[in-house]
Amino acid sequence: MKKTIQELEEIRKKTLDKINIRKEREGTRIVVGMATCGIAAGARPVLKAFVEEVSKRGLQDVIISQTGCIGVCEYEPVVEVYKPGEEKVTYVRMKPEKVARIVAEHIVNGRVVNEYTIGSVNKR
Amino acid sequence: MDIFRSHILICRGTGCTSSGSDQVADAFDKYIKEEGLEQEVKVVRTGCFGLCEVGPIVIVYPEGAFYSRVEEKDVQEIVKEHLVKGRVVKRLLYQESLDKDRIKSLNEVEFYKKQMRVALRNCGVIDPENIDEYIAMDGYKALTKVLTEMTREQVIEEVKKSGLRGRGGAGFPTGTKWEFVYNAPGDKKYVCCNADEGDPGAFMDRSVLEGDPHSVLEAMAIAGYAVGADQGYIYVRAEYPIAVRRLQIAIEQARNYGLLGENILGTGFNFDIDLKIGAGAFVCGEETALLNSMEGKRGTPRPRPPFPANKGLWGKPTLLNNVETYANICQIINKGGDWFASIGTERSKGTKIFALGGKINNTGLVEIPMGTTVREVIYDIGGGCPNGKAFKAVQTGGPSGGCIPAELIDTPIEYDTLVKIGSMMGSGGMIVMDEDNCMVDIAKFFLQFTCDESCGKCTPCREGTKRMLELLEKITEGKGEEGDIEKLQTLAMNIKDSALCALGQTAPNPILSTIRYFRDEYEAHIKDKRCPAGVCAALLNYIILEDKCKACGICAKNCPTNSISGKPKTPYVINQDTCIKCGVCMDKCPFGAIIKK
Ligand SMILES: Cc1cc2nc3c(=O)[nH]c(=O)nc-3n(C[C@H](O)[C@H](O)[C@H](O)COP(=O)(O)O)c2cc1C
Repeated sequence: MKKTIQELEEIRKKTLDKINIRKEREGTRIVVGMATCGIAAGARPVLKAFVEEVSKRGLQDVIISQTGCIGVCEYEPVVEVYKPGEEKVTYVRMKPEKVARIVAEHIVNGRVVNEYTIGSVNKR
Repeated sequence: MDIFRSHILICRGTGCTSSGSDQVADAFDKYIKEEGLEQEVKVVRTGCFGLCEVGPIVIVYPEGAFYSRVEEKDVQEIVKEHLVKGRVVKRLLYQESLDKDRIKSLNEVEFYKKQMRVALRNCGVIDPENIDEYIAMDGYKALTKVLTEMTREQVIEEVKKSGLRGRGGAGFPTGTKWEFVYNAPGDKKYVCCNADEGDPGAFMDRSVLEGDPHSVLEAMAIAGYAVGADQGYIYVRAEYPIAVRRLQIAIEQARNYGLLGENILGTGFNFDIDLKIGAGAFVCGEETALLNSMEGKRGTPRPRPPFPANKGLWGKPTLLNNVETYANICQIINKGGDWFASIGTERSKGTKIFALGGKINNTGLVEIPMGTTVREVIYDIGGGCPNGKAFKAVQTGGPSGGCIPAELIDTPIEYDTLVKIGSMMGSGGMIVMDEDNCMVDIAKFFLQFTCDESCGKCTPCREGTKRMLELLEKITEGKGEEGDIEKLQTLAMNIKDSALCALGQTAPNPILSTIRYFRDEYEAHIKDKRCPAGVCAALLNYIILEDKCKACGICAKNCPTNSISGKPKTPYVINQDTCIKCGVCMDKCPFGAIIKK
C-alpha cells in the first residue's frame, strides 16, 4: 500500500517505540527477581504485567529486566526499581494487581508506593 | 502485544552466517517458543556488527549483553538463564565487554571506542528485511525532505558542501560528479550503483547492502532527483547472495510503500531501481567495463573520455557511485553538509569503512573518522598482530594500492597523504602483515591477482602484468639476477603510462611500493639467495637441530617423500636433494627441533 508523508511519520513513531530498547540509555530500570524461588512464587505474571503496563502507557525510557535470586526468598516475588539518581526501591510479595499502581504512581509520577515496599511489609 | 521487553539481535551478515548464525537464530526461535516467551522477547536478524573475528555475535537488549562465538548448543542456556531468569551467561560474553560484574556498553569496548558509524549506522541495529525499522531510524526522511523542500540544485550544493569524495577507490568529489550529470544534455539519464567490490579481502559494501539496503536505495532516489534520472541500476556480484536477496526484498518493500516507482510520495517524481547481477570479474568494477557488462557486452573497459557522466549506460548521461558513497548521502541531507564536513580532515571529510584482515587480532569491519592514524586502527581497534608478532606493514587499496610500512604507522588515513607515501585509500581493504610475511611474496600475490583479472583488451596490461609476474617468480625462486629490480621498475612505469584503464595503470603499485620500502628484501633474494622472512620455499631449507632432536622418528614417519633418515639415539637428518619443503616435519616435531632457514 502506498504511503503518504503523514503515514510514514506514523510508521516512524510507532516502530521507534518498538525498537527503542536497542539503544544504550539512562532510564528507569524495573528488575524482577526471577530465580527459581521467584518464579515459584509467581514472578512471571508480575513481569508480564509490567511489560503490558509500560507498553500500554508508551513509556520510553523504561527498561524491564530480570535478575536472579535477590536473597529474600520469603518475600518473593521481589521487584526492584532503579531511577537515575535515586535510591533503589524494593517491592515485595508482588502480584500482577499491584503493578498498575506502581507504574502510575512511582514510575510515572515519582511517588514511591510505600505500602508495597520491603520496609512496610517487614514491620507488619 | 507490540512492545517486547527484550530484543535479541543476531548478526546475519555473511561472516557470522558462515560461522552458523542462521542455525543460532533458528534455535533462539525454537527455545523462546518452548519457554513461552514469544510475546515478550523478539528475535531480530541484523546486518554486520563488525567484529567478525568472534562471530556469531548475539546482542541481548535491554542489558546490552554482547555474546560472542555463540553456537547452536549454547542457545538453550542463554534462553533459560538470561531470558527466563535474568542471569547473563558470563562464559559466553565477549570477554572484553565484562568489567568485573558490570557489562560495558558497546562504545566502551576497545574495538568500538574509536569508531564512528555514519555509513554503517544501521548495521547490526535494524532488521534489514523490515522497512519499518529503517523508517524508524529516520529512513526515507531525507528523500521526503529533498522532494518537498529542496530544489535539485540545492541537493547538489549540499553534497558539494559536505566534501564527500567517492568511496569506490578514486576519491572523486561526489557533488561535482552529480553536477556533471545534472549539466549533461540529454532527455534520459541513469543513476547506477557500483556494488562489484572485487578487492581481495574487502567486504565493506557487502556489509552495507546486507545490513542496511534501504540506505542505498534512498540515496539513489535522491541522486535521481538531483541529476534528473528516473531509472537506477545496482550492479552487484552474484557471489553476494545474501546482499542480492536483501536488496530484492528492500526494493519490493519500497515499491509497496510508494517510495520507488511512479509519483513518489505524491510529489510527481518517478524513480525505480533494478538489479544487474555481475559474474564477479574484478575488471567489471571499473566504471566503463561495468557499463559494458550492464549492457550485456563483454566486460572490458572503454577509453575515457567520453566519461560516463556524458556518455554512460546506452550512451546516456550516467551517474555511477559506490555503495558506501551512497550510504553517506541520507545523513548529509538530514544533518547537513556542514555537519559531515566537520568530521575528518581538511581534504578528506567524513568517515571511511575498512575491512581489516590478515595478521590482525580483531578481523572485521571498522568505520573511522578520516585522519585516524594507521597505528590507532592496527593497535587500538585491531588489537595488534596475533601471537605477539611484530607488525611489518599494511596493504591498503588492494591490488591497486601499496603498502604502508611500520615506520610510517603514524600516518593519518586520508586520500592525499596515502597517495604521497605510495599507497592509496582504495575502497577499504586493509591487509595486515607481520614479521613472517615476505614482501616480495606479497607483491607476487597481488600481481598474480591482477594478471588473472586482466581482461586482455590492451597490451600493456595483458602482457605487462605477465612479464612483471614472471620476474617476481624468478626472484622468489632464487633465480633473480642483478638488474631485475631496475627492470621491474622500468616495466612498471611503462605500464602505468600506457594501460587503457586503471586496472593496468595501478597494477604495478604493489611492486613499486614494496621496492620503495623493502628493497633490502628484494636484494636478499637476488644477491644472497635468501628469504629473510622464511616464506619463499625455494630459498629455505628445513634443518634438524642436533642438540634438540630426541630421535623419536616422528618426522621421518610423516615425511611424504621419505627424505628423513636416522637411527635410534642419533639425531635424524633431512636429505635436502629430495626434500619438497612442505613443512610437515616441523609441524609434527614434538620437541621443536626442526627449523627452517
Ligand atoms: C579494476 C578496477 C576495479 C574497480 N572496482 C570497483 C568496485 O568494486 N567498486 C567500486 O565502487 N568502484 C570500483 N572501481 C572504481 C570505479 O571505476 C569508479 O571510480 C567508482 O565506482 C566511482 O564511484 P565513487 O565516485 O562513488 O567512488 C574500480 C576501478 C578499477 C580500475
